[in-house]
Amino acid sequence: MINVIWMALILIGFVFAAVQGNIETVTSAAFDGAKTGVTVCFGLISVLVFWLGMMRLAEDSGLLQKIAKLLSPIVRFLFPDVPKNHPAMGYILSNMSANLLGLGNAATPMGIKAMQELQTLNPDKTAASPAMCTLLALNTASITLIPTTLIAIRMNYQSANPTEIVGPTLAATIVATLAAVAADRYYRRKLLKRGQKPPIPSGPPPSATPDAKG
Amino acid sequence: MTALINVISAWAIPALIAFIPLFAFVKKVPVYESFVLGAKDGFQTAIQIIPNLVGMMVAISVFRVSGALDFFVGWTGPFLSSLGVPSEILPLGLLRPLTGTGSLAFATDLISVYGPDSMIGRMASTIQGSTDTTLYVLTVYMGAVGIRNGRYSLKVGLFSDVVGFIASIAVCLLFFG
Repeated sequence: MINVIWMALILIGFVFAAVQGNIETVTSAAFDGAKTGVTVCFGLISVLVFWLGMMRLAEDSGLLQKIAKLLSPIVRFLFPDVPKNHPAMGYILSNMSANLLGLGNAATPMGIKAMQELQTLNPDKTAASPAMCTLLALNTASITLIPTTLIAIRMNYQSANPTEIVGPTLAATIVATLAAVAADRYYRRKLLKRGQKPPIPSGPPPSATPDAKG
Repeated sequence: MTALINVISAWAIPALIAFIPLFAFVKKVPVYESFVLGAKDGFQTAIQIIPNLVGMMVAISVFRVSGALDFFVGWTGPFLSSLGVPSEILPLGLLRPLTGTGSLAFATDLISVYGPDSMIGRMASTIQGSTDTTLYVLTVYMGAVGIRNGRYSLKVGLFSDVVGFIASIAVCLLFFG
């Protein structure tokens, strides 16, 4: 997917420039783009170094676990089919609290561990369980408290008020997450309703096969 | 509502900067050493995305300077601008669910061309910051446990991206308009 997008952007740009007879702009645009890429990354260093330092403090002090505790009633509501003391619960909570603090690097490994634990509860190992779908929905919408990268970029381009977007971003991310949760609930109900009907036999039931060889 | 958003924008970061070290100090964490240890990762993270961002910035820069971007944006312009939405923002909405660095590069491009404090710059910042890259999250999470059928998760992810995109624009128009 990403390969196609990347190539398409370059090739379409090339064709447009060629047709309009200003092919030389492609060269300067390419090198300008490369330069901007590096400049932006260097601009990110200051904010990322500082913010990840703060986040390490949040982790070491147990603030992350505190947030997880606050979130646990919400998570129990969102994941009704995960047993309360199942290890998956802990990973889901860490994943959500890391996301909240904008700790993408910590959120992903926690999310993957949560997926692995949810897989042990999953009857069909190749299809996502409803609980997995909810976890995915929360992570694709991903509530962000502080959009650090964007603040850094705005600082780079001399914004008069780089953090003025914090409030609007929070408002938008809450709306997007609520939409994800609502849509997830809707499809989950639809899926479970279908599941309650007598299952139409499709291939041999998995429980019958282990004895076949014995 | 706008007053509340203003207060959050102004206070969220200072409050965290003061509260996190204080909390850690009370919990007997060696605050400065712990901070420096974590801060080391920040340098790595910033350097690691250079190749990705350079690749994407080059593609988007060529696409824009060649006139291709204006051509595609031109189609949707009249319709969107009648709603008060700058049409320049639409490609960002299309890129956002597909590629995180691609959309970051595009948002950066918009900010550099129109300025961070223009309406387009503010919208780009909000759209980019408010959701995560749906395609990436699904690939990584499902790939890690060998799930091939994601059921409705792609639909849900894309739906929340559309809602987030519209919400970002609406909030910016309301708040900065």
